[in-house]
Amino acid sequence: MASGETHGAGRPDAGGPGQGELRNSVSVAIAGSGGAGVMTAGNMLLEAAAQAGYYALMTRSSGPQIRGGEAAAMIRIATHPIDGTDDRYDLLIALDWMNINRFAAEIPLGPQSVLAGDPDQGEPPEVFVKTGARYTPVPFKAAAKKIPNGWPNMIAFGLVGALVGLAEDALVKTVQKSMKKGGDALAGSLAAVRAGIEAAAGISGVPRIGSPPPQSPRWLVTGNQAAGYGAIRGGVRFVAAYPITPATELLEWMAPALKKVGGALVQAEDELASINMILGASYGGVPALTATSGPGLSLMIESIGLGITAEVPIVIVDVMRVGPSTGIATKSEQSDVNIALYGMHGDAPHVVVAPNSVADCLMTTQWAVHLAETLQVPAIVLADQFFGQARAVVERPADVAFAGERRTATAGDEGYQRYALTESGVSPMAIPGTPGITYTADGLEHNERGTPSSQAADHIAQLEKRARKLALLDCGSHWADVEGEGDVAVITFGSCTGPVREAFARAAADGVRARLVSLRLLAPAQPARLAAALEGVRRVLVVEQNHTGQLYRFLRAEYDLPGEVSSFRRPGPLPMRPDEIHRQLIEWSRA
Amino acid sequence: MSPARKPIRRGAAVAKKPAKKAGRKAPPATSARRAQLKVVPAAVAAHSAPPIKDVEGLMAYAYALEAEASERYNEFADVMETHNNREVAELFRKLARIENIHAEHILEEMGWTSPPPPPAGGWRWESVEGPETADFTDLHYLMQPYHALQIALHNEKRAEAFFRDLVQRAPSGKVRTAAKEMAAEEAEHVQLVEEWLKRTPEPESDWAHDPDPPRWSD
Amino acid sequence: MTTPVKAQAAVTPQAFKSDYKPVWCPGCGDFSVLSSITKAFALLALQPENIAIVSGIGCSSRIPAYTTCYGFHGVHGRALPAATGLKLARPELTVVAAGGDGDGYSIGGNHFLHACRRNVDMTYVVMDNHVYGMTKGQPSPTTEPDWDSKLSPGGTGMRAFNPLVIALAAGANFIARGFAGDPNTTATLIAEAISAPGFSFVEVLSPCVTFRPEQREWKQMVRPAPVQSTDDPGRAARRLMTDDGMNVGVLYKGSRAAYRTAIAKAQRRPAELEEEFKI
Repeated sequence: MASGETHGAGRPDAGGPGQGELRNSVSVAIAGSGGAGVMTAGNMLLEAAAQAGYYALMTRSSGPQIRGGEAAAMIRIATHPIDGTDDRYDLLIALDWMNINRFAAEIPLGPQSVLAGDPDQGEPPEVFVKTGARYTPVPFKAAAKKIPNGWPNMIAFGLVGALVGLAEDALVKTVQKSMKKGGDALAGSLAAVRAGIEAAAGISGVPRIGSPPPQSPRWLVTGNQAAGYGAIRGGVRFVAAYPITPATELLEWMAPALKKVGGALVQAEDELASINMILGASYGGVPALTATSGPGLSLMIESIGLGITAEVPIVIVDVMRVGPSTGIATKSEQSDVNIALYGMHGDAPHVVVAPNSVADCLMTTQWAVHLAETLQVPAIVLADQFFGQARAVVERPADVAFAGERRTATAGDEGYQRYALTESGVSPMAIPGTPGITYTADGLEHNERGTPSSQAADHIAQLEKRARKLALLDCGSHWADVEGEGDVAVITFGSCTGPVREAFARAAADGVRARLVSLRLLAPAQPARLAAALEGVRRVLVVEQNHTGQLYRFLRAEYDLPGEVSSFRRPGPLPMRPDEIHRQLIEWSRA
Repeated sequence: MSPARKPIRRGAAVAKKPAKKAGRKAPPATSARRAQLKVVPAAVAAHSAPPIKDVEGLMAYAYALEAEASERYNEFADVMETHNNREVAELFRKLARIENIHAEHILEEMGWTSPPPPPAGGWRWESVEGPETADFTDLHYLMQPYHALQIALHNEKRAEAFFRDLVQRAPSGKVRTAAKEMAAEEAEHVQLVEEWLKRTPEPESDWAHDPDPPRWSD
Repeated sequence: MTTPVKAQAAVTPQAFKSDYKPVWCPGCGDFSVLSSITKAFALLALQPENIAIVSGIGCSSRIPAYTTCYGFHGVHGRALPAATGLKLARPELTVVAAGGDGDGYSIGGNHFLHACRRNVDMTYVVMDNHVYGMTKGQPSPTTEPDWDSKLSPGGTGMRAFNPLVIALAAGANFIARGFAGDPNTTATLIAEAISAPGFSFVEVLSPCVTFRPEQREWKQMVRPAPVQSTDDPGRAARRLMTDDGMNVGVLYKGSRAAYRTAIAKAQRRPAELEEEFKI
């Protein structure tokens, strides 16, 4: 997994024109204004990489304009599975330079990087030039004009594909697949792609991807799609939601998918409605889910408390974006830890899980459905925008058996009590339509029958019942991904996990060993499990993407961490990069 | 805003409060129009007299009248129990029992083994409910037995009037005779309640006084 | 609240009342509305286990537990979305949402609009007393603008909300007004509302004897609507805009098809969905 080891300043170019040095990971960005088709080109590059047998990951960035604004597709192609972006981009291609300087922080370049742009659209912005990247003019527009039905973005696609070393066959197949209608449009595109491939011969210094890894079953999927599929695998058949970036794609994927498997999705009038609609559906016995982001989660909080008190299982996927308030809607930040863990008023035990890769969105969401249904409790899935909206070539996730297993009550059960104080804390739920055991689900504190009660004894007994369900949860090995050896450990979660893994691989090359704990189950906390995972550790670094160290503070509150504990955190919108964590690890090993 | 507003209109114990702000979300033009409307109790305008063809039909209605009254008194007793007014709760329970006895008596008299089923669409009363069925809005949490008996008296009088009216409209001599008997029975009940009232102390004028304000809940 | 009921028991109104007694003030109109609802269920020969009553918060929202039906007593203002989710997930159930004017028209106002628009096949009963009772007498959306209270001395100065006109404009398929003092008529209105397809809205004038004792006068003010129910929204709009809020009866009955039944029949196994991800 040591992808970064060939990186670094001052490395000489290995290849001649069109023959860059071989790497196990290459990162490219294609940028341009609306109409230039950079997203199409980016997606096709991703598909071509998949076609050629590589792993790949694409993220996107765009200006605030709905149409016509600047946009960039950022693609990383690798010979091994990847869950994050690299430190720098090897190639930036711009079909025009209108406001592309705004992406400078997101598309870091270095002296080894190559810039390619259309000279008829102006010169590259100073912010890119001063990185030392070498500039090569490519007249995309003029070249496209010479080809009937040819477009500049298809020339760019051919150019990038050839530069990074994807076989021509993979590029051609991708074009054919995306233009099934064929005809003049296909012919034009293929000609444009060939023109791009020819143009690549004139550009030197772009690294090429190494030989593809052995074949294996793989998917091309976004984190949001994986989460939606996981929800369905877990048994969700009802979804109500209000559109919000960056969760909307999850809903858009689920709407037709649910129809196929015998479910439904309803667009609600707001998040207050969506959370209550899923509570109603789940009360009716149908496993239900909503997806949102920080602002929507804030609105849902009161009703999540209702789900906790009335013991109605629901799943809430929070695709985290930069907050607070509207924040930066299209960018990732792990800053909803506090609200997810502590947002509810009252003592409100519930489940919080966090997927740690695009592929893991499937398993973790499926697990969340299982936990919610089994424990009759709301479960929050803390996903992030980064892999929610990232589209990636991933290893097909292993099948897990998690499914909704709700304990239900039987008809005519004499003396049935909905909130009976059972040993496990889970009491059988009567499903409407079942005779003889009707009850009223209540957000008011209640006794075992469900009758509202303000008695101290009832309140305490029900609080303990609701806490017991979670305390007795056996989460097996799923609570965290624990990897590596050594007396230094990094605790992280979510989209920081990929960059931390890469940093570990680089540190290993430097002879530094460390342990990784990527938490999947944030609540209920698992102090005994973490203590075992950290046995012998003398230093702990908590890595997260927010400004106040929300995970760090949570860990300090809920766990006894061994030795010296530090926090390494940085807010969004920029993704965490392996290099910054790598440097921190090396610094530590020397201290 | 005083919670101690006296609620029992039909009895002598309570003076009717004028509807100071009874108007509701009506634009001025509509308010003016309403002022010209003849105020008719809903009971009269909304409903018509029950269609009675024979003695069986009459007695079915007589049974329903008593049964409905008994059920309502039981509900009143429940309400009073919930609000810790034991004395009035017991009295309503007693009234419920009495009405039930009347109902049972009708079954026995008619040789019916089970209550007569309601006609399609339910029983049709001239007022909004059966003439002996008390109105939920006449309750007050501090009401006294005197008030409860006034409700009972009002109901017995209405029941008597119901049967007297039927005497006038009876389609046959048999029905007329039966209605007369029922009216006489109800008159007897009126008398009994009046005597009971005489033995019951009248409430003090401040019976509805409550020094505490209403409580907050959910 | 668990209330075992024999499924084969005769469906009398009494069979729909639980042994948990209402905490409403003696004299409250909601007692009658509870009676009307249970009578309506009996008229329709429904079974308690096939009915769900969904409510929010407020005096009248306590109603689910007073019945032997399935109940959902949720959070303030959110009865309609919870009822919507339940009905869409379990279309075979009879779903009744119930609550007060503050719950439904103020904090839940947005849901009221969209429930009317969505037209899911359910019934919404609002016990309107023009006041917040549980929090001790603050003005609600249907309170007169000059009604004096501690929280809004001298009145809110805001025009009272006209729920029926708004329901009509938003697309409710059945609109009726009942009066708590006439439980039998209200029962038939509710029964008709439940039978009508789509979203049925029944506003019931339900006096608050504690904070609005003058509402006892409603008994003298209500009257049967002087005109027949109409299926013409234009006529209904004119009537409702000029009505003084005291006309009782079915005021509009449309023919708009109910929101499509949500849960589709399964055509594919979940595992088949991953075909589209495969490379």
